[in-house]
Amino acid sequence: MSWIFAHIDAFRDSMRRLLQQPFATVLNVAVFGIALALPCGFYIGLENVARFSRQLTSEPQLSLFLTVNADAGDVKAIEERLTRHAAVAEFRFVDRSTALEDLKRASGMSDVLSELQSNPLPHAFVVAGRSADPDLLEGLRDEASQWPSVEHVQLDSEWARKLDAALRIGRLLVTLLGVLLAFALVAVTFNTIRLQILTRRDEIEVSKLIGATNHFIRRPFLYLGGLQGLLGGVAAWLIVAIAVRMLNRELASFGGLFGLSPSLGHMTLQQIGVLLALAALLGWLGAWMSVSRHLWRMEPR
Amino acid sequence: MITVSHVSKRYPGGYEALRNVSAQVEPGEMVFVTGHSGAGKSTLLKLVGGIERPTGGSVVINGKNITSMGRASLPFLRRNFGFIFQDHKLLFDRSVYANAALPLIISGFPRREIPRRVRAALDKVGLLDREKARPVTLSGGEQQRLCIARAIVNRPAILLADEPTGNLDAAYATEIIAMFKAFNQVGVTVVIATHDTALIRGLGARTVRLDHGAIAA
Ligand SMILES: Nc1ncnc2c1ncn2[C@@H]1O[C@H](COP(=O)(O)OP(=O)(O)O)[C@@H](O)[C@H]1O
Ligand SMILES: [Mg+2]
Repeated sequence: MSWIFAHIDAFRDSMRRLLQQPFATVLNVAVFGIALALPCGFYIGLENVARFSRQLTSEPQLSLFLTVNADAGDVKAIEERLTRHAAVAEFRFVDRSTALEDLKRASGMSDVLSELQSNPLPHAFVVAGRSADPDLLEGLRDEASQWPSVEHVQLDSEWARKLDAALRIGRLLVTLLGVLLAFALVAVTFNTIRLQILTRRDEIEVSKLIGATNHFIRRPFLYLGGLQGLLGGVAAWLIVAIAVRMLNRELASFGGLFGLSPSLGHMTLQQIGVLLALAALLGWLGAWMSVSRHLWRMEPR
Repeated sequence: MITVSHVSKRYPGGYEALRNVSAQVEPGEMVFVTGHSGAGKSTLLKLVGGIERPTGGSVVINGKNITSMGRASLPFLRRNFGFIFQDHKLLFDRSVYANAALPLIISGFPRREIPRRVRAALDKVGLLDREKARPVTLSGGEQQRLCIARAIVNRPAILLADEPTGNLDAAYATEIIAMFKAFNQVGVTVVIATHDTALIRGLGARTVRLDHGAIAA
């Protein structure tokens, strides 16, 4: 039973100490909150961009342009290849004269285009891949480029592929930022706890002399560090939530102009849980290192 | 109960505070450790209490060699003693009651029994009516008695007192010694370090005299 009291004591003690110095506590919590909100915010931003790009590329497409002098036989051969190909879900043939008519209608440049001696557009195929897997589509593109009388193959989701690579780099940078800031937060806690230890060094010394274990001495400081970290995590969550809300309001009025309704997703419950646990852990770790170093220097030799 | 064999202690920095010291204390004994200032009395008590570690020799308490104990066991060893420190080591930011209760809280004593035990200890040293006071408001003699209350609150079998009468006038000093005598009479083993030889004259207690870190003949 007594160990429960020991924990309750340590918790109360650390709460009291946080409240005793409200200004320092608010500053520490703010440092934690801001430092954690940065990687979290970027992460949430990247997640949202990734979600948008998935939505936009849900129909994987390739455009296959034939050489200008390709004839009906060549078209037939390509058709056969596409029908047999495992990566192809369906395809549509766009005749070069149809394409020219479409262009005339769409561009309003029919006069200019009518002046042309010959149709500059090639026959084309619009091909839908069996899945959005970029490797599959790229394989198909590379293969189809080698086919006779195929001039050029355009991967319509190529930009998505590039975006994907950019997102990967973004995620790496966010992780790097997160790791660096985690170190900084451990260091910050180490220092604040060190100051707490200094104001209580007599108590620690006396307690040790009359038989306190290192666990006993560490406990209130671990609670203090962990609690401070946890509050910092809550602050980070609030910062991100408020930022997302504000951005969404802006996006709503901006998107309204284009008849779109884009909106950023908030952090999921699971992400919030991870954030809070990580924040508390960082505070705990900084406190643990700080007290352990102090205790180590006190050991009799 | 306490066996010190060929103990030496060299402090970091090279000063040899004790050289080849051997002594023995039987259960229920009251023993004085005397010697000039700097003779090594405090060092000897700290070695026995598990507060400092010897650089040579061995200290055996109740048949257990504490010299070879790991760091993790030292706190539990220290709880066996009531230690009265030469420099008091009271906590001035908390009450008399809280100072006396500290050893019980540290050893995880049952919560509901703490007030009774603390008040019993304060009563024994005559500080029961001062439990809410801050140690700074106590006189030198009262502070010393608070140290004694804190040392006995765990009801240890061994009391180690380092200069418990230092800075006290003769009348007060005699009173404090009488208090230790009373503890000894109910079976507590008592070891007192003091440089005040006048104090122990006529008490008939055994004396271990140190001179420059060695047992004096
Ligand atoms: N922590 C320490 N570090 C270095 N020297 C010490 C330390 N404690 C005591 N000494 C030295 O050891 C010698 C014995 O000290 P001490 O045991 O306190 O003597 P006493 O209690 O008999 O006055 C002294 O010369 C003192 O300066
Ligand atoms: Mg001394």
